[in-house]
Amino acid sequence: MTSETAIKIDNVSMCFNLSRDRVDSLKEYFIRLVKRQLFYDEFWALRDISLEIKKGEVFGLVGLNGAGKSTLLKLVAGVLKPTKGTIMVNGTIAPLIELGAGFDPELTARENVYLNGAVLGYSSKTMDKYFDEIIAFSELQDFVDVPVKNFSSGMYARLGFAIATIIKPDILIVDEILAVGDYKFQEKCKHRINELMSGGTTVLLVSHNIDTTKRFCHRVAWLDKGRLIEVGPAKEICEKYEGM
Amino acid sequence: MRKLKYILLIATVGLLMYLLQLKIPNLFFSIEENEVWNSARRLILAFTVSILFCGAIAAVINWKKIRPYLSKLYKFRSLLYQLVKRDFKAKYKRSFLGIIWTILNPLLTMLVLTIVFSSLFRFDIENFPVYLLSGQLIFSFFSEATTLSMGSILSAGSLIKKVNLPKYIFPISKVLSSLINLFFSFLALIIVMVITRAPFSWTMLLAPLPILYTLLFSLGVGLILSAAVVFFRDMMYLYNIFLTILVYLTPIFYPISIIPDRFRFLVSLNPIYHFVECFRTVAIYGGIPTLWQNVVCCLMSLASLLAGLYVFYKKQDRFILYI
Repeated sequence: MTSETAIKIDNVSMCFNLSRDRVDSLKEYFIRLVKRQLFYDEFWALRDISLEIKKGEVFGLVGLNGAGKSTLLKLVAGVLKPTKGTIMVNGTIAPLIELGAGFDPELTARENVYLNGAVLGYSSKTMDKYFDEIIAFSELQDFVDVPVKNFSSGMYARLGFAIATIIKPDILIVDEILAVGDYKFQEKCKHRINELMSGGTTVLLVSHNIDTTKRFCHRVAWLDKGRLIEVGPAKEICEKYEGM
Repeated sequence: MRKLKYILLIATVGLLMYLLQLKIPNLFFSIEENEVWNSARRLILAFTVSILFCGAIAAVINWKKIRPYLSKLYKFRSLLYQLVKRDFKAKYKRSFLGIIWTILNPLLTMLVLTIVFSSLFRFDIENFPVYLLSGQLIFSFFSEATTLSMGSILSAGSLIKKVNLPKYIFPISKVLSSLINLFFSFLALIIVMVITRAPFSWTMLLAPLPILYTLLFSLGVGLILSAAVVFFRDMMYLYNIFLTILVYLTPIFYPISIIPDRFRFLVSLNPIYHFVECFRTVAIYGGIPTLWQNVVCCLMSLASLLAGLYVFYKKQDRFILYI
């Protein structure tokens, strides 16, 4: 792995055990054990994916529902472990898989900023420094001490986005989140992502909006049913994908 | 091959320790009449020391493998702090008396139990409220820490699914939250001791030791439970029943002397009994726990912790598929 590579995905396969419903209780477990139904159907969400993403690159993933895009993002984020193959990641990751994942609804916005910052591995001292900037970006000045359970979904998303992007990560994972908030905030998000990209952050982006993908990405990978169909320049692949 | 090496090392060091004790019989504990009991003690003591010694050596040799885990925990120390803080805040946020409940709670439970047991069932115990509260303190620490840890992975599910975190941070945070509650219960104990004019002794300063034993033991049990409950939700209900049984098997509100001699060993198999005894010795009786007591407590808490870490480590990658 050269120092130019941000993410290296090597022959990765991911297999899930699909049981029609999960065995949640002991009783069920024994019933199934007796009936010999503990053997699940295997489902390969990803098969033999190899990708290399360079530093500073904006890399998109396209594909239909169930193509394995989100699974791939989760593998890169380190949330899932691949069944086969290896994934190497060079640098810190800010996952934007779902905004506000670590929020506690009972706590106020202020407390949640520190909690969510800690989830991303930042100390409260670091968060002290960025606190005002986060609140300003998310435009929540009047709601700092309101429990987030009273927030609207847009406010929730704004705060989550502000926290995740305020400290420049080496790698940013973006999954369908640009669709939140009003158009003004969307523009702001896009602006922030542009800023990060020009600052050398590697971005891994999933969007069903082909225009967004075309506009932002340098290269795109097309996934279908867990297999890698093609990798190439954004425009070319997106046109092929649309013409499918 | 490597495993064999460790087993040999443990055996050799253990044997040396055993021989040393034969050479100097009164080194660690006073000799009793029963020879079988004496050799059993020697054997257990020798191998405890040996396993600890070899564990330390293994840790030094494998330091490179262990280090990333520790540095990850260090990186997320602020998360640990935030989680504990959140638990503490969230618990009493909505109540009128707030934090005062942490002291009131053990006091009121003790009051009820004291009334019940000093008028309905009479035991020959000097200063019953203090006896009761001190036992209850350790037991509720254990039961709270383990019960909270058990649900910690499930309730952190949404986070675990999205962010790559060291997952054992959740059970640890719950055990630490319980430790804070224990601190307030301790204040309640001191208040009761002042009210009942119980004698204070400097050995109370040693109280953190039995608390540490209980903490490590609870953490081990909590790690196992938190992993188990992800795969079997029934564990929650089973464990509740188990805790109810355990209350009666622990001499919290009765003296150990009411148990017939031939059943005593059953109680002595209960780890909590040892922690409670150890705690009472230092906190209310003004004594110092014997070396043997310490060895037993140490052995049980370390065994529990190691088992917990092992089970958790082996199962943690599969959590996400079942949450």
